[in-house]
Amino acid sequence: MKKLLLLSVFALAAAVTYAGGYRVSLQGNKSLAMGHTGVAIVNSSESVFFNPAGLVYLENKLSITGGAFGIFSDVAYQNTQTGASAQTDSPVGTPFYLYGSYQATDWLAFGLGVYTPYGSTVEYEDDWAGSHLVNNIDLAAIFIQPTVSLKLSEYFSVGGGPIYVTGSVNFNRNLNRTLTDLDGNRSEVTVDATGVTNWGWTVGAMFRPTENLTIGANYRSEIILDAEDGDADFENIPNSPLTPFADTTFNASLPLPAEMTVGLSYEFCDKWLFAFDFNRAFWDVYDSLDIDWADENIPDSVNPRNYKNASTYRFGLQYDATKMFTLRAGYYFDESPVTEGFFAPETPRNDSNGYTAGLTVNISDHLQIDASFLYLHFDEVNASYEGYTENGQVVPFEGTYKSSAFAPGLGLTYKM
Amino acid sequence: MKKSLYIVLGGLLTLGFVSCEPEFDNPVTDEGFYTSGDADLSNYVAVGNSLTAGYADGALYITGQENSYPNIMAQQFALAGGSEDFTQPLMSDNLGGLLLNGTQVAQNRFVLAADPMTGEPLGPVVLEGTPTTEVTTSATGPFNNMGVPGAKSFHLVAPGYGNAGGVASGAANPFYARFATSGNATVLGDAVSLNPSFFTLWIGNNDILSYATAGGAGVDQTGNLDPSTYGPNDITDPNVFAAVYSEQVSALAAGASGGVLINIPDVTSIPYFTTVPVRSIPLDSPTAAAVNEQFALYNTQVLPSLVAAGVITSEEAAARTVSFSAGQNFPIINDDDLTDVSAVLISLGLDEATANLLGQLRQANNDDLVVLTAASVLGTLADPNNPLSIIGVAVPLADQFVLTAVEQERVATASAAYNATISGLASANGLGFVDARSALAQVANGGINYDGGLLTSEFVTGGAFSLDGVHPTPRGYAYTANLIIDEINKTYNATIPNVNIGNYGTITLANNVSN
Repeated sequence: MKKLLLLSVFALAAAVTYAGGYRVSLQGNKSLAMGHTGVAIVNSSESVFFNPAGLVYLENKLSITGGAFGIFSDVAYQNTQTGASAQTDSPVGTPFYLYGSYQATDWLAFGLGVYTPYGSTVEYEDDWAGSHLVNNIDLAAIFIQPTVSLKLSEYFSVGGGPIYVTGSVNFNRNLNRTLTDLDGNRSEVTVDATGVTNWGWTVGAMFRPTENLTIGANYRSEIILDAEDGDADFENIPNSPLTPFADTTFNASLPLPAEMTVGLSYEFCDKWLFAFDFNRAFWDVYDSLDIDWADENIPDSVNPRNYKNASTYRFGLQYDATKMFTLRAGYYFDESPVTEGFFAPETPRNDSNGYTAGLTVNISDHLQIDASFLYLHFDEVNASYEGYTENGQVVPFEGTYKSSAFAPGLGLTYKM
Repeated sequence: MKKSLYIVLGGLLTLGFVSCEPEFDNPVTDEGFYTSGDADLSNYVAVGNSLTAGYADGALYITGQENSYPNIMAQQFALAGGSEDFTQPLMSDNLGGLLLNGTQVAQNRFVLAADPMTGEPLGPVVLEGTPTTEVTTSATGPFNNMGVPGAKSFHLVAPGYGNAGGVASGAANPFYARFATSGNATVLGDAVSLNPSFFTLWIGNNDILSYATAGGAGVDQTGNLDPSTYGPNDITDPNVFAAVYSEQVSALAAGASGGVLINIPDVTSIPYFTTVPVRSIPLDSPTAAAVNEQFALYNTQVLPSLVAAGVITSEEAAARTVSFSAGQNFPIINDDDLTDVSAVLISLGLDEATANLLGQLRQANNDDLVVLTAASVLGTLADPNNPLSIIGVAVPLADQFVLTAVEQERVATASAAYNATISGLASANGLGFVDARSALAQVANGGINYDGGLLTSEFVTGGAFSLDGVHPTPRGYAYTANLIIDEINKTYNATIPNVNIGNYGTITLANNVSN
């Protein structure tokens, strides 16, 4: 009896949303405007992120660029069997970036980048139909990356550097579909971990066989965020030995998967630049999210995710319209890493089509304003999450999802 | 040039603040996605007893009321054009007890307690606390949910049933006294005054159930057409039931687009009657032999002499024979349907105490149902100072704890008559009809599959019944709501969605003392 209740009471989910799992591809206004291409583009210190090998080809001694985006992203859910419906009321996400590059010699450049490639904020109404999977989540990770770029010849360069990550996660969900206290308040848990750090690295190469053609490749390593002794706050727990939940600490690991990018850019008709990037994100590392509670009376929470590796195809176009204006547009197809039957509402991601545009305004020889926007289109999708169990029996959480995302961005570039 | 720059930047910023809400092609919240068909759900009124009120765990309390089947249905109705404003006479707290002029007159709810040391469940205990719901502080009725715990069929048309002044004497109902529109009002009158556009009626359960839960310690009033002479545990005459039920259906249906009538389940589907096994007395071989020795004279001399005297038949003598053996035994019980032989025994020379003990005594058998509350009595000492006064072995289990086969038959006969009336009136008036009797029998025999397991009548663990063993849990009520919704969809060509019963809770865990 006790065991039965215990089993029925647990199966925790934690993690996040937006852009291929919880990857947020908004690492530069110039790049985003071109469909977030950049592995084979040399035009700003955004290359610190996109391909460090390109920094050494920058024309300016010093180049600093920074900016931010506002993500307006929401998810609607409905189940036609029961009439249940929900819509997230997520706060605006604000990923940012700051890159600098310094040309030390003809063949050597140094760079530094601070950027936020992973994160998510999703807020459903408390106690909504899927509240046993997630009520709300806030994930953030800041990457700090010192970089060196080496020109090996006129045609070939390499670059790379270590990455220091500091991340945080706050996640709330109900313990199961029905447990309440005496007044009917749903029993819930909030897990919170901040200052979770780890190291990773990135390396890239660039090949410029002709004046017009650039080919690039970049690899960023997997980084596992190991949260240790995070806080777990259990609320609205009935006063009963049959419910072993009490505030405790937890350990959990959240992987930030490795990503490989290859691509090319081609200048034509003097003022035009075409770019294509292919990303491969190695999401299969995200197999299961397991939460190990310090309190041994609370059964560990095992949450299968079963992500698969996923590809993104990016296309961008740039046009130097006037001395003052550079116009850009792009498109990408983003394949979801979510596999069938594991569509969890905290990362409600199906395949998406991204449409981007933007421009740079040359205020002076030294200063540019970069602006961009992204509209990400998702089809309606019927999906289910089948990693939640009660009494040892899988209880699918099914429904129709529709996501929308819109991200305007603004940045400044200074060069001398 | 600068101007165009501002225009472009301004445009980008504006775009950013335009909300881009995700929208479905066919949102379930759109009017017309679900339809009510020929039914007008704009003003749904539910009439009935404790089941309609959302009573559970031996009490009426707020979260129970929120999970009443009418309230669950009303929320689904709202998706199909129904009103979002379904009112209920909510209690003041989640303890559930009732005060009458400050004195508690109804006990608090049951919760499931567990041993703080071992964590093993101990069973239902009454939740501690002082209730805050005062009978005389009236809620402003009438309400869409006109379920009155304890009401029998004829109570719904009885003026004064909600008169607070009559509660203490038992003439009025404390729950209805809270929200009756006047001391003279009737439940039916208050319900009809709401001009229901749609109604459900589930009444008649208590007309047999109070007799059954009292182990048949009441009177079968079949043949007595004056309900004002009935005791609280009596069975209502089926003709009385038919008359008042017909009046209720006519009154409710008169101005409504439709309604659903729900029939009376079998008591044998309810854990209150199926949880305590009849063979409940464990004895080892020497004890069984010792006890048999006590009854030897009774079995071999008293009973045959009573047969010989023509006081009882030889069949009754066989039924009254007491015999224990090693293992689980049937308890001895008092059965008021047996011939009372105490006077004869006294005249035969037995002392009065023994004669009274044997007066209507027999051993229980497999046809008897032992009620849930007997669990705390069986095997205990009737006299704490007398180790030989074990109830069920030396002292018979009282009549109120056993529903005998004869008593079950009375209940079954009356409920069959009520159910014939209910289904007959449903078809005569073109109303929906839910066979709750069959549905609950299915829960009790095999169970109902849902996405989180199996819904059964098993006490505590089955999920369908609350800790009083009679009333459903929220999950049980959700299942009931789905049955009625299905019937509305069928009868009125509606497309109201079901709820997922797995989202509804069962019993509440709590220990009164912190551990």
